[in-house]
Amino acid sequence: MSTRRTALLLLADGRFPAGAHAHSGGAEAAVRAGRIDGPATLAAFCRGRLHTTGLVAAALAAAACAGCDPYALDAAADARTPTPALRDTARKLGRQLLRAARATWPAPELHAVAATRPRGLHQPVVLGLTARAAGLTPHDVAQAAAYDTVSSPATAAVRLLSLDPFDATAVLAGLADAMDAVAAQATAAAEAVLATGSTDHLPAASAPLLDITAQQHAAWPVRLFAS
Amino acid sequence: MHLDHPETFPHRHTWSSAAPTLPDGTRRALRIGLGGPVGSGKTATVAALCRALRDRLSIAVVTNDIYTREDADFLLRNAVLPPERIAAVETGACPHTAIRDDISANLEAVEELEERTGPLDLVLVESGGDNLTATFSTGLVDAQVFVIDVAAGDDIPRKGGPGVTTADLLVVNKTDLAPYVGSDLDGMARDAKAQRGDLPVAFTSLRGEDGVRPVADWVLERLAAWTAGRPVRAAAV
Repeated sequence: MSTRRTALLLLADGRFPAGAHAHSGGAEAAVRAGRIDGPATLAAFCRGRLHTTGLVAAALAAAACAGCDPYALDAAADARTPTPALRDTARKLGRQLLRAARATWPAPELHAVAATRPRGLHQPVVLGLTARAAGLTPHDVAQAAAYDTVSSPATAAVRLLSLDPFDATAVLAGLADAMDAVAAQATAAAEAVLATGSTDHLPAASAPLLDITAQQHAAWPVRLFAS
Repeated sequence: MHLDHPETFPHRHTWSSAAPTLPDGTRRALRIGLGGPVGSGKTATVAALCRALRDRLSIAVVTNDIYTREDADFLLRNAVLPPERIAAVETGACPHTAIRDDISANLEAVEELEERTGPLDLVLVESGGDNLTATFSTGLVDAQVFVIDVAAGDDIPRKGGPGVTTADLLVVNKTDLAPYVGSDLDGMARDAKAQRGDLPVAFTSLRGEDGVRPVADWVLERLAAWTAGRPVRAAAV
């Protein structure tokens, strides 16, 4: 871990103004389908998301932070995101994060991404670039990405189910070791990408049900969350 | 590698509404927020403003529905503006977060409208119905209107709260209903004066002929100040 712990806290804070509050990380669809109905099923959902989408996001973020080509990473993220709705969401959140990052930790490479890719890069790639601008390490941002993967559905479940917030927070605490393990695995993958120059070393774990329900959710006429 | 690029690129995105000019150097549209409790007439006010001003101004609207596209659809159904001039932002069950604490989605919507439809004079940002503490970030809008109505209780101005107390314009809507719900308009005006000092209050009945006129006139005054490069907020004049 880097010595810049406060910058990491700032970036990982759910109140960081980058648009995440409007997204449930698939929890809204899972609640509607009855797959999340309390703390135990929330924990199972979060664990599944962490080891699939979370691992990929953490590795993308760590690789971007390490200095790998963000545009190649963005293409790799597309290849690992089969659902158009989730690609759109990832780029939208990437644009919103980039806006906050450029104001918070101004850096030429952030401004360059905004200018060359006005439609945005996948959020984990921008997260990695942001961490780089903030002086954080690849392992730091892998942890932030892993945490982000599970904190979004947990927060959303509190709003969607009126779940006891203490229970939801306890679910996150219970996943701490798993998040640390995913962050370590993602950091190792990012080091391999940096050493070889090939994004093939990025993990490609997928959660088909999250992909399918995200596409369905995007067509709901009435919903609380954007994704 | 595209890192540390030596060129200086033109910035597509402003970080906030603090910058009054677009990347091409032209002055961006004036941004006015409309907030207030559920059912007070925010969407009806936006629709009436569009009808009153659309022939002389280039206008766009951003809506922030709580869980549907109801408000955006209302504006589309009533054809107050062409569809490409209306954008809906989703707020994850927290309308005040999207207009105050994390404004990134709204800023993006405003900028996309401005890019999509060409030069705009005015962008109206309508909040989802919320409580008396909901106010807009100064990073999102240049001035804000808080809309309440007489039927929700004539004690709202007395209760105050950031919306009633600090909004650049307080609109008290549905005055035509006052006799039927026993609301005291003079008392509301006195309470509003006590809470707001010299900040203006408009009493409206949108059912009447040209009922939105007081709000439309206020918007035009703000726009004149904006265009002339003078302070937009009434308190700063």
